[in-house]
Amino acid sequence: MTTIALLLITGLGLGALYFLIAAGLSLIWGLMRVLNFAHGAFFTVAAYAGWSASRLVSGASPDVQWLVAVVVAVVVGGVFATLTEVVLIRPLYARHVGQVLVTVGLALATIALVQGGFGSDPQRLALPGWMTNTTTILGANIPNTRMLVIAVALLVFALLLFFLQRTRFGLIVRAGVENRAMVQALGIDVQRAFTLVFAIGGMAAGLAGMLAGTYYGTIDPGRGSAMLIFAFIVVIIGGLGSVTGSAVAAVVVGELQQFLNFYGAAGVGDFSVVLLLAVVLLIRPGGFSGAST
Amino acid sequence: MTPRVRMIGLAVLLVLLIALPFIKLTIPGLFGGSLDAPGTLNLLGLCFVFGALALTYDLVFGYVGLLSFGHALYFATGVYVTAVAMARWHWSLPQALALTAVVSLVLPLVLGAVCLRMRDIPFAMVTLAFAQAGSILVMQNPFGLTGGEEGVALGGDTLPSFLVGVANTHNVYWIALVLLLVVYAIAWRAVNSPPGRVWQAIRENERRVEVLGLNPYLYKLGAFVLSAFLASATGVVYLLLQGGANPEVTTSGFTLALLVMVVLGGVGTLWGAVLGGIVYEYLDFRLVALANTPAVQSLPGMLKVPLSEPLFLLGVLFIVLVLFVPGGLGGVLRRRTAG
Repeated sequence: MTTIALLLITGLGLGALYFLIAAGLSLIWGLMRVLNFAHGAFFTVAAYAGWSASRLVSGASPDVQWLVAVVVAVVVGGVFATLTEVVLIRPLYARHVGQVLVTVGLALATIALVQGGFGSDPQRLALPGWMTNTTTILGANIPNTRMLVIAVALLVFALLLFFLQRTRFGLIVRAGVENRAMVQALGIDVQRAFTLVFAIGGMAAGLAGMLAGTYYGTIDPGRGSAMLIFAFIVVIIGGLGSVTGSAVAAVVVGELQQFLNFYGAAGVGDFSVVLLLAVVLLIRPGGFSGAST
Repeated sequence: MTPRVRMIGLAVLLVLLIALPFIKLTIPGLFGGSLDAPGTLNLLGLCFVFGALALTYDLVFGYVGLLSFGHALYFATGVYVTAVAMARWHWSLPQALALTAVVSLVLPLVLGAVCLRMRDIPFAMVTLAFAQAGSILVMQNPFGLTGGEEGVALGGDTLPSFLVGVANTHNVYWIALVLLLVVYAIAWRAVNSPPGRVWQAIRENERRVEVLGLNPYLYKLGAFVLSAFLASATGVVYLLLQGGANPEVTTSGFTLALLVMVVLGGVGTLWGAVLGGIVYEYLDFRLVALANTPAVQSLPGMLKVPLSEPLFLLGVLFIVLVLFVPGGLGGVLRRRTAG
């Protein structure tokens, strides 16, 4: 029971990180049909920016350092993503393969630059004491960072749903995912929704970058790309363009990976996630949420 | 250029490449040593391998329009199956090659049959996922076969003696040259055959091909298996050049590099892809050497760090090409020669 509780909550934490990356990817794909390989670069750049900012204020208490890191990461992620959309994606309007290729190039160049600037070794992150402590749930000692990551992801999920369901821009985004040509025909500027979706996706990815640093205790240049692949899988399983679908799929993938990596050999969980993807696609090519593409 | 002049030019180039191991000439800046030095021959051999590999990728991406993110898996199949059979099971080279040939036909046939149920971006993501599974498998070192992060080294006694050692680099160089020529010939024959015409028709308009009464699925599967099989063949020669297998060739980053090669050279042209592969590998190798020159090392950090990262320079080059030169190097050269 103890082990199961530990695995459940750790898996949920992993799923929370996947969700933060996948939500943006899913919206970007749903609205613009862009498979954004640069999402891992947003994640990595934001994490390093946050880490550098926290070192600048190293005199302050760990709580303040951590908060500064998170805020900087979110802002940098959002700005970087907005710039990417305006400078690189927009000129290639209606050239989908070109847009994918440009994000691939950006991902390669940025990660190489981060690696050159900061080295490829993991960097330790200063965490407040209460985060590194553990809480006992069902007899299992669970690091508080897991709970924090889950809580933040839930908050982001709620905010995203509120934005999509209750605001005018959210309505445009939802309508655009449904039928972009029709929204344009009604005289609504979809271009601005593109930029907005990229900005939101970048902010979520930046947040994920810093939270992954909190979850693992360190940041390194390769983690963004590694997590991006699983986030892609989450996006497809959840149904492209659906935030709720991404949330469900993120939890399923996180738990599956955690449990099988523990009870099977290491790596079995990662492998099974890929098999799950193949099975889901064979049964329902549109993913769980069923929007057929 | 008239076709006759071009033919003579190509023939001279070919003779030059074949005779290269006997030319004692140093071209400053272009290579680290003289033309017949083992280091130069090894680099050129790798360039040929990547030229051929980019060509196999262009077959599916450029000619059929299938954006596969899993091509590294088939290259790695050639590398790892041969390496494991020889180093772990102590098979002879012909036995290992026979096994590799069978695996590199069956694997893409099965995986292609599944992946091709999807189209466009979902297809890209499924191929990516399968390649990732392959990469995880290799890294986990099942039954001690693949060696995990360390890879598989081919000992000196596992290979026939004419392929072993620095003194015999020219033999492997010739094998790489022959590989490039053979792969090019097969690819040229394939895209100019009736099925090759159908591939290009599928790229332009798949539904129309279907309406004409043909089954695009079978044609796509054919192209997928042919391309994967040839990629495995290039993997075997890569193994001979490197003297071992390293897990880097299984990663998704490696497939992305392939994509860069093809776009660099020009999508949908055979010689453009070859050129892209050769230029990419050459730059990747030489930019590292450039980064270690005193001129770059003495630069301030702001300039030194970006210039020391070959992937940064290649990534930026790639973005510029996609944005401003959609036809790649091949397109530029063609416009030059045409106009």
